[in-house]
Amino acid sequence: MRVALEINGDDYARDVEPDLTLLSFLRDVLGLTGTKWGCLTGDCGACTVLVDGKPVVSCLQLACQAQGREVTTVEGLETPGGLDEVQAAFVSNGATQCGFCTPGMVMSVEALLRTNPSPNEAEIREALAGNLCRCTGYSKIVDAVLQAAAERRSAVGSPAADVS
Amino acid sequence: MPAVRASELQVVGRRIPKLDAPEKVTGQIAYADDLRMSGLLEGAILRSPHPHARILSIDVSDAERLPGVRAVIHAGNVQQGCFGYGNDNVPLKGDKVRFIGDEVAAVAAVDEEVAKRALELIRVEYEVLPAVFDPFEALEDSSPSIHDELPDVDGNVSMRWDFDHGDVDAVADRAAAIVEGRYSAPQAAPAPIETHVVIASFSPSGHLTVWSPVHMVFMYRKALADVLGLDWRKITVIQPPVGGSFGGKIDIDTHDFIAVMLARHARRPVRLVMSREEEFIGTRTRQPIHFTLRTGADADGNLLFRDAEVVSDNGAYNAWGSHAMLVAMNTITSMYRVPNSRIRCAVVYTNKNYGGSVRGFGNPQATFAVEQQMEELADALGMDPMDLRLRNANQSGDVTPQGMEITSCGLSQCLDIVREQSGWDRRRGKMRDRHRGLGAAAFIHVGGGARIYGSDGCGAIVKVDESGQVTLISGSSELGQGSETALAMIVAEEMGVPIESVHVVNSNTDIKPWDVGVHASRTTFVAGNAARMAAAAARDKILEAAADLLDARAGDLRIREGVVEVAGEPDRQIEFGRAVRRRLLREEGSVVMATAFYDPPTHHQDKDYRGNISAAYGFGAHVAEVEVDPGTGMVRLLNLWTAHDVGRAINPMSCEGQIEGGAAMGVGLALSEELVMFDGQIAAPNFHDYGLPTAVDVPRTVVNLVETIDPLGPFGAKGVGEGGIIPPPAAIANAIADATGVRPREYPMRPWKVKHWIDSGERSHVVAGKEASEHG
Repeated sequence: MRVALEINGDDYARDVEPDLTLLSFLRDVLGLTGTKWGCLTGDCGACTVLVDGKPVVSCLQLACQAQGREVTTVEGLETPGGLDEVQAAFVSNGATQCGFCTPGMVMSVEALLRTNPSPNEAEIREALAGNLCRCTGYSKIVDAVLQAAAERRSAVGSPAADVS
Repeated sequence: MPAVRASELQVVGRRIPKLDAPEKVTGQIAYADDLRMSGLLEGAILRSPHPHARILSIDVSDAERLPGVRAVIHAGNVQQGCFGYGNDNVPLKGDKVRFIGDEVAAVAAVDEEVAKRALELIRVEYEVLPAVFDPFEALEDSSPSIHDELPDVDGNVSMRWDFDHGDVDAVADRAAAIVEGRYSAPQAAPAPIETHVVIASFSPSGHLTVWSPVHMVFMYRKALADVLGLDWRKITVIQPPVGGSFGGKIDIDTHDFIAVMLARHARRPVRLVMSREEEFIGTRTRQPIHFTLRTGADADGNLLFRDAEVVSDNGAYNAWGSHAMLVAMNTITSMYRVPNSRIRCAVVYTNKNYGGSVRGFGNPQATFAVEQQMEELADALGMDPMDLRLRNANQSGDVTPQGMEITSCGLSQCLDIVREQSGWDRRRGKMRDRHRGLGAAAFIHVGGGARIYGSDGCGAIVKVDESGQVTLISGSSELGQGSETALAMIVAEEMGVPIESVHVVNSNTDIKPWDVGVHASRTTFVAGNAARMAAAAARDKILEAAADLLDARAGDLRIREGVVEVAGEPDRQIEFGRAVRRRLLREEGSVVMATAFYDPPTHHQDKDYRGNISAAYGFGAHVAEVEVDPGTGMVRLLNLWTAHDVGRAINPMSCEGQIEGGAAMGVGLALSEELVMFDGQIAAPNFHDYGLPTAVDVPRTVVNLVETIDPLGPFGAKGVGEGGIIPPPAAIANAIADATGVRPREYPMRPWKVKHWIDSGERSHVVAGKEASEHG
């Protein structure tokens, strides 16, 4: 069947099997290997992408379900200046070690910050509870999110928010 | 090399982000499963559905006829030898299968779907044999014999680890208190988020290239050659970035051999990707170990002895998991000063998937027993457990009963720090009415190499090119732990160049020099010393050329930020690359390149398990605070304070990352992680049930880095990779005991177990003057 959708701002149309997952569509059909997989059962969150701005585990979503939607993957985050605030904060805070969970983790953070620009630590941990990280123990990821949120707020000129 | 004062350091000691982090946060970095290759076939493995069975016949004819299938292999049509410690394993089983998941046959096909359909067409006839899952039952004469083909295996005992020092029985008679008990650690999984992936490809001339995220890569290459009858001079192993290992990917695994055999049969490149289920059932695990331990002390709190009977349940094959006891033994004999010790350990075969070399390697298990008994003993003596620990703490200059020479040692300082930060003296034993408690545990672990193989060394090459760019070619590997960045920092520091100008190459056996591999928390220490030595030699060549250009003596020059200047005369300076060009761009020129090999002054343990196995030892202490719901047994970890003696923190941010991440794994072991098994079948081989800690399960860990400046470490650094995972199970058990008065006997300490201990009144078993009592 034919699926047409927007990925990272570009239009794509391909013929796909009806049971092809969005994950396989991204990785195997389009070669967008930035999105990782760790379980294919929706438990680890490594394959998280945004569909119309909402985080989904792409291993449990069919490609054809994304018909007409806007998909954002980790490849779509970079700004003309380089890394976006979340990516840059992950780098500077030591929030990535092996890096395999990182693209999915970063996408979950992007989704969180779109709905809650001033998350506190508990809200961050709750939002990331679907993304397993085996390396970091999560503290540096939380630090990175707090920093990215603060930077994004100051970039848009909003008043400093509570980061307690 | 001389000790360096912190104030003189330019790069070492700074919080420098990992060099590979930008590639990782953008998804650019290509892991093994991200590699794309022309003509690549997909492999799949047929695994045993029985825990113990004789293979009567294998019929692959239908599978071979399936369109799209390019190879079907089994023991009857491949050339393969034995592997693993004791040569107790073969890649494809021909006679017997010994656990559910054992490899029987494999296919390579044009895609994954065809490969899986082909597996369904392979017919294997089995004669099911009685199986044994409990290691204590496996020790009984009536137990089925799992490796009856191995002449040296006595019953199901694959190895014994027996140790004696002093006279335990004599000192036991004069002990003021003896505590005794059984402590058990479960089967757990390293569970990296990236499963194992391997790609094998033969060139038309017969050269084999393998892409595998392994981290003992030179021994991996040799094992491929030895087991499959290949010429090891015609094998290149490339290590793609590792998506987490924790020891799970340390050495060669069965599927690595299978991928190569498939590629050989199919004459095409073959990829084998473990599914998450296969990762749990078919790759190496952390072995369950059961300790029956006694510890005794005199009335002043001087430890007198430890006496341990240990059964290590390593499953169907040894791999290197049989050697987890090597590390566990170190902890029993040498965690604190213990003048007398006796260990009787059997490593036992059972019909389960088997143990490997997972982070901490036997130490979390042993520490769970040893450090619970420190608090039980203190309570029995009426002492504070921290005072008992400090009284018996290892100190610089000690030589332990196993001959471990303690040089730098910050154990007492670590204990003091977590005692202070946790409010131990005010709070321990005083929060039971609120169901809260504090518990501590410390650790000792190798931190300066570990001589288990012939070499404990690592090679390094430092090359400076005509642009001034510095390349470190290191034998060691990056697993995500940050060693690449630490090594680049060491080189930058030694040469006086900015970190940005140092590149690291470390992932191709054709290019990089020998290294044993990443294990035993050795990379910063061993590879770091090698890198520093090579960097110093390359720097001296540059100084020599610069002296010529600046008309100065080399001894009067110094390098800062990539500029060579005459000391005290900043006007007389040249840029780094110009000195290189001075050597290169002339008749009879030469390149700036230096090699080094560092093999630490360590020794193999002798047959009695004595010998200074590491050139430095890491220490640390944790205090956990928990709240226990007495109605459900639910344990909430509220706080975890940690202090680690890291020698010197080359990169404090990376050190914290290792400790925080290790501690989170330790918390997982303590409270949730277990491969629950029924009759050899892992009940739920998936992330949903396994119990990996999530962001809401792990509190923010307080990390203190204690710098003792090790005399042999690079800039004083010691290994830090494994320490974090070791204390949490013991510290959390002790905190549960403080909160409830009951004594945990095994981990993970899941609610129903804690509830059971509360309901049954499980207590410490104290023997004083040979009279048994129970202590609350």
